[in-house]
Amino acid sequence: MGQIISQSFAVIAMNLRSIPRRIWMSLAMVFASAVVVAILLAFLAMVKGFETTLSSAGSNDVAIFMRGGSGAELNSTVTREQVNLLEVAPALFKIDDKPVLSAELYVIVDGIKKTTQTEANIPLRGLDIDGTKLRSGFQLIEGRMFEPGTNELIVGAGILREFDGFDLNQEVRFGKYSWKVVGVFSTGGNVFESELWSDAKVIQSLYNRGSSFQSVRAKMDSPASLTELQTYIENEPRLNLDVKAESAYFAEQGSSLSYMAIFGRVISMIMALGAIAGALNTMYTSVADRSREIATLRAIGFSNISAFIGTIIEALVLAALGGVIGALAAYLLFDGLHASTLGGSFTQVVFSFRLSTELFIQGLNMALMIGLISGFFPAWRAAKMPVMVAFQNGH
Amino acid sequence: MSDEMLFSLNNITKSFVKGRENISVFDNLNMTINKGDFLAIMGPSGSGKTTLLNMLGGVDQPTSGEITFDGGRVDTLSESQLAGWRANNIGFIFQFYNLMPMLNAARNVELPLLLTHLNKTQRQKSVETALELVGLADRAKHMPSELSGGQQQRVAIARAVVSDPKLLLCDEPTGDLDRQTADEILEMLQLLNREFGKTIIMVTHDPSAAKFAQRTLHLDKGEFVEKDLVA
Repeated sequence: MGQIISQSFAVIAMNLRSIPRRIWMSLAMVFASAVVVAILLAFLAMVKGFETTLSSAGSNDVAIFMRGGSGAELNSTVTREQVNLLEVAPALFKIDDKPVLSAELYVIVDGIKKTTQTEANIPLRGLDIDGTKLRSGFQLIEGRMFEPGTNELIVGAGILREFDGFDLNQEVRFGKYSWKVVGVFSTGGNVFESELWSDAKVIQSLYNRGSSFQSVRAKMDSPASLTELQTYIENEPRLNLDVKAESAYFAEQGSSLSYMAIFGRVISMIMALGAIAGALNTMYTSVADRSREIATLRAIGFSNISAFIGTIIEALVLAALGGVIGALAAYLLFDGLHASTLGGSFTQVVFSFRLSTELFIQGLNMALMIGLISGFFPAWRAAKMPVMVAFQNGH
Repeated sequence: MSDEMLFSLNNITKSFVKGRENISVFDNLNMTINKGDFLAIMGPSGSGKTTLLNMLGGVDQPTSGEITFDGGRVDTLSESQLAGWRANNIGFIFQFYNLMPMLNAARNVELPLLLTHLNKTQRQKSVETALELVGLADRAKHMPSELSGGQQQRVAIARAVVSDPKLLLCDEPTGDLDRQTADEILEMLQLLNREFGKTIIMVTHDPSAAKFAQRTLHLDKGEFVEKDLVA
C-alpha cells in the first residue's frame, strides 16, 4: 500500500509538471470548468439573495392575517370590523394594554427601473406609525417619517437604489395624485426596502378602499401563540381569515423564485456536459502525450493503479483550479450585485446576489464532478496502456 | 559467464490476429540464457527480435509454451505480478532513453527505487553510486534536455542498474547515437557484465554493437539461424 502511495505521488508530480507541454489544452479545461461554476454560482447567488431578502423580513413572533385562501396581500381584504375583532384577540403582545398591531394596505404603483428605463410595479404600503415597530431593524436613514393624513411617503433604500425619481424631497405622481418623498428607510436589506410606505388612511381615501385593509400584522406573545390565534379565528365566524407566522409567509413567497435555481442547475448541467466533452479531449490528449512515459514507468515496474490515479488527479486538479477561478469570478462579479425581479405579489423585489460558503462548496463540487468524469475514462486508458509502447520507435 | 541457467524458453509459440489473419511470429522456439551472459540478438525487421525481447521482459506473454526465470515460471504471472517481477529482476535500456523529461537525472535514476522499501537517504545514496558508475555524478541536477544523447543513455543505464537487477534488457541501446558515443555505451555494458556480473540481452541491428557481446543469435522469421548457439 505504501508503495502504491509513493508511486502515485511520483506519477502525480510528473503529470502536473508535464502540463506546460500541453498548456493550451489544459487551460481550455480550466476555463470550461470556471465558466460552468461561475454561471451555476450566479444563478444560485441570485436565488439565495432573493430568498434571504424575503426570509429575513419575516419574524417568528409576528402574525400576519389575510383573507382565507388569498395567499398574498395583494389578493386579500380585511374589513374594519375584522380588525376590531383582531385587536381583542388572545396571545397578542401588548404595550399599555394595547396590542402592537398594524392594519395595512398594499397597492401597486409604477416606477422606472434605472437599469432598463422601463416601467415596473412597486408596492405602496399603507400602515400606521405602529407598523414600523413590527419591522425589526427599521430605521430612517434620511429625512423624516411621513405625517399621518398627508400625501407624504418614505421610500425603501432598495427602491431609491434601483428606481428613478424617488430622491428625498422629490414630488412623485401616481395616477391623479402627487406624493412627496420625505424620508428614506432601511430594514437591513430585506424585502420591505423594496416598498414605499405611507399613511394607511390616506391610501384608503385616494384608492377608494373605504374602511377596508388587506392585511393585519400583530406581534404575538411568543411564536407558540400562533396556535391560540388559529383557534380564536376558527371559533369566530366573522373572521374568515388565515393566520400565519410572518416568517412562514415570506418563506412561501421566497419559493416563487426557486424555479430559477432549477433553471440554473439545468443550464449548468448542460454546460457541464459541454465542459466534460472538452475536458475528456484534454485528458485523452494528456494520456496520448504521456504514453511513452506511462509505458516506461509500467516497464520499470510501476503499477497500473498509479497510472490511473496520476491521470485522474491531474483532471481533478485542472477542474478544481477552474472551479476556484469560476467561484472567485462569480464572487467578484455577482456578490452584492443589486437586482430586482417580480416577487410573489406581481411587484418588484429589490435584492442582492449572495454567495455563501455553502454555494462555493456547491460550485467546487460541480468542478470536481467535471474533473472526475472527464478524468475517469482517460485514466482507465492510461492504466491499460500496453507496456510495449515504451519500446516503440520515434521520439 | 557461468553455466547456471537464468532464462529458459520451452516450446514457445507466439501469434497475433490481424484482421482475419493469424500471424505466427514464433513456432516452437526454444532457448536458454545463462547467468552472466551478454547476448546480442540480431535480425532483420519483422524477424521477431522485439517480440522476443518483450516476452523476456515480461511485457508480452507467449501464446503457448513455458518461460522460466531463475527457476520460476513467468508466463503464468498476472499483469500486476509481472510488474513486481520486472521491478525486482529487470533493468530496461531503451533506444530513445525514455527518460522523464520533467525530472532531473538523479530523480530519473531514483524512479525504480520508489518501488523498494528504501528510505530517502538510502535512495539518494544508491542514486549517487549509480551516477558515479556511469560517470555522471556531476550532472545529477541536470534535466534530460540539458544532456547529450550519450549522457542521456548513461542516465538510462544508471536507472536500469540502480536497483541491482539480475538482467538488463537493451532495445537498440546505441541506435540513436554516433559511433564513438555508441562504443562508450557498449563498453559500459561490457563493464557491467564483466565486473558486476549482470546478464545482458541486447537487441540490435548493428553488427559493430553485437561484437561487444559474448555471443550473438540471429533471428530470421522467428527462428534462430545459428543453431549451434541455441540449446
